Amino acid sequence: MKKTYAIEVDCANCANLMEDAAKATPGVKDAVVNFMALKMTVEFEEGVDCTAVMKKVLKNCRKVEDDCDIAF
Amino acid sequence: MNRKQKIMLFRILLSAALTALLVIFEKTGLFTDPRWALLLCYLVPYGIVSYDVLRKAVKGIIRFRPFDENFLMAVATVGAFALAMIGNGDFLEAVAVMLFYQTGELFQSVAVGKSRRNIAALMDIRPDSANLELADGTTVAKDPAEVAPGSVIVVRPGEKIPLDGVVLEGSSTVDTAALTGESLPREVEPGGEVISGTVNLSGVLRVETTKEFGESTVSKILDMVENASSKKSRSEAFIAKFAKYYTPAVCFSALALALLPPLFLLLFTERSPAFTVWLYRALTFLVISCPCALVISIPLSFFAGIGGASRLGVLVKGANDFESLAAVRTLVFDKTGTMTAGVFEVAGVHHGTVPDAMLIEYAALAESFSTHPISKSLIAAYGQTPDQTRVRDVEEIGGQGITALVDGHSVAVGNDKLMTRLGIAFCPCSHVGTVVHVAIDGVYGGHILICDTIRPHAREALVALGRLGIKKTVMLTGDAAAVGQAVAGQLGISEVHAELLPQDKVSCLEALLSSADRQGKVAFVGDGINDAPVLTRADVGIAMGALGSDAAIAAADVVLMDDDLMKLPPAVSLARKCMRIVKENIAFAIGVKLLCLVLGACGIANLWMAIFADVGVMILAVLNAIRTLHTGAKK
Repeated sequence: MKKTYAIEVDCANCANLMEDAAKATPGVKDAVVNFMALKMTVEFEEGVDCTAVMKKVLKNCRKVEDDCDIAF
Repeated sequence: MNRKQKIMLFRILLSAALTALLVIFEKTGLFTDPRWALLLCYLVPYGIVSYDVLRKAVKGIIRFRPFDENFLMAVATVGAFALAMIGNGDFLEAVAVMLFYQTGELFQSVAVGKSRRNIAALMDIRPDSANLELADGTTVAKDPAEVAPGSVIVVRPGEKIPLDGVVLEGSSTVDTAALTGESLPREVEPGGEVISGTVNLSGVLRVETTKEFGESTVSKILDMVENASSKKSRSEAFIAKFAKYYTPAVCFSALALALLPPLFLLLFTERSPAFTVWLYRALTFLVISCPCALVISIPLSFFAGIGGASRLGVLVKGANDFESLAAVRTLVFDKTGTMTAGVFEVAGVHHGTVPDAMLIEYAALAESFSTHPISKSLIAAYGQTPDQTRVRDVEEIGGQGITALVDGHSVAVGNDKLMTRLGIAFCPCSHVGTVVHVAIDGVYGGHILICDTIRPHAREALVALGRLGIKKTVMLTGDAAAVGQAVAGQLGISEVHAELLPQDKVSCLEALLSSADRQGKVAFVGDGINDAPVLTRADVGIAMGALGSDAAIAAADVVLMDDDLMKLPPAVSLARKCMRIVKENIAFAIGVKLLCLVLGACGIANLWMAIFADVGVMILAVLNAIRTLHTGAKK
């Protein structure tokens, strides 16, 4: 399942770091961060609870850039 | 500027003013002693401009992220202060580095925000509301997303058509420029389709909606444009990877520079180890270590380029497709519907023993019950609605033609086989096209030549593409070889493959893709009807006339919203320009940074030069990237 979320992040390199952080989160199959459109598209593993996974994704992203935000 | 950016600007200005004041005091000799008091004074503007960087730096250390750019900038500036204190140096340097760094970040943030808004304005096709007609005939404004298919909506002049649908009542002209880039308005009448995102110009229309908002053309286009930059280009992937290694590499070099040369001097020579000199040089490395200039300029270029292309009426599905479009050297076309209009027209009447008009009239009447494209073209050439009461005893002979009684005369309309069957001598046609023989009362009356017409701009477009270096053009067609050759000859296409079944087109394309003398990418241009597999298989699948055709939009990488081939050359030029800018930025940014690293290691570049290299490169790269945005606007 794929979902797209609006994100807030200030720098392009941080967006790349967020992408890596999201990809490394358990329950996430793949993630793409689009810095120009300020969107994160997350492909979840089968049968996971998206909201729970997204909480972890946000936590991991905050580790690399604590100003960032994801609307989910 | 948003609130965050305004606060940042204020901090920068305040800090710069305080710093300037301090410099004046120091230079005029009013305030030089004691050193520690001066340091404290300089720390005030430094703190104002850098507190967020310092806060993030501390967090970076706690989380053990040594290559965090905030941490690196903090180390570089604090280090510069320490060296200035020890070596009786200049405190200004450390404050200035932080000031310029923050100015660069602010500039980048403003520039990116501005491009985002520019692109949003280019794609201002989202309708705000739909006037839903209620059972009692009154209308109420609704969010288009809440209008169900099959509802009736009213669109007044000047309004955007909010949903795809069919006109029930009213006639008008609609402006499709926002979708197709074509400024000539289209006429719409009852029974005709209207597409969401276009603007109703002259009359009130009552429209029955056929799709819900999420499925309508306007939603699909917006979705596509917004998601295009999510499909990352190879250049972007390269830079993301480069950035991952660049920062650690520069940091380790800085560490090595700070430790190894002094240790070498200390252990193997009699000279002073000059720790502070090497430490200072290491600090210049840290300032240059931020990869931001590189990382920001590439998605920005693609975003602007794709936005510019959509303004031309050319939608690109991903940054990677835009990159491929720039590299196209071989262009493969479908014939029917692409190079030709796919509409059959009477091209001439030959060997007529009766007047031409009479021949066409009899043929049109005999064919008036048929829905075959050939019949339609005959009726179109007749120019009137055929009076079907004049026609009796119509007999259709599959694959041959039609016989009928028209005004009491027996009329036979069909191909060579029909004439042979009826035993009527006929003149074969020397022209290429579909030949319709007409015999009246068993006597040969002549034949009508029907041709598919070549698209008005096809030749010009091919010439323009040739000028862009796309020399190899190939046409694929299911049509007869003679027809294919004739069309290719008129257009100057170098290679033709005719009499192909749909699956043959795919194998033909695969042969081109794997051919030894292949240069660059292979693009296929089709209308999305019957050629979806070929569109998918090509390096770049280009669908034309896609407005309202979902299959084409789904299969293609690049979509020409209308069927004007002249959109293709500017789209290719724009993609090339975008790629040129991307390459310029990569080469320029990496080049300047490497140069500064070398100069810094030799002690030629100081912190001032390092920060100018970092911020200056970023500003120039961003400005260069934004240039792509301004090409699409030119008409």
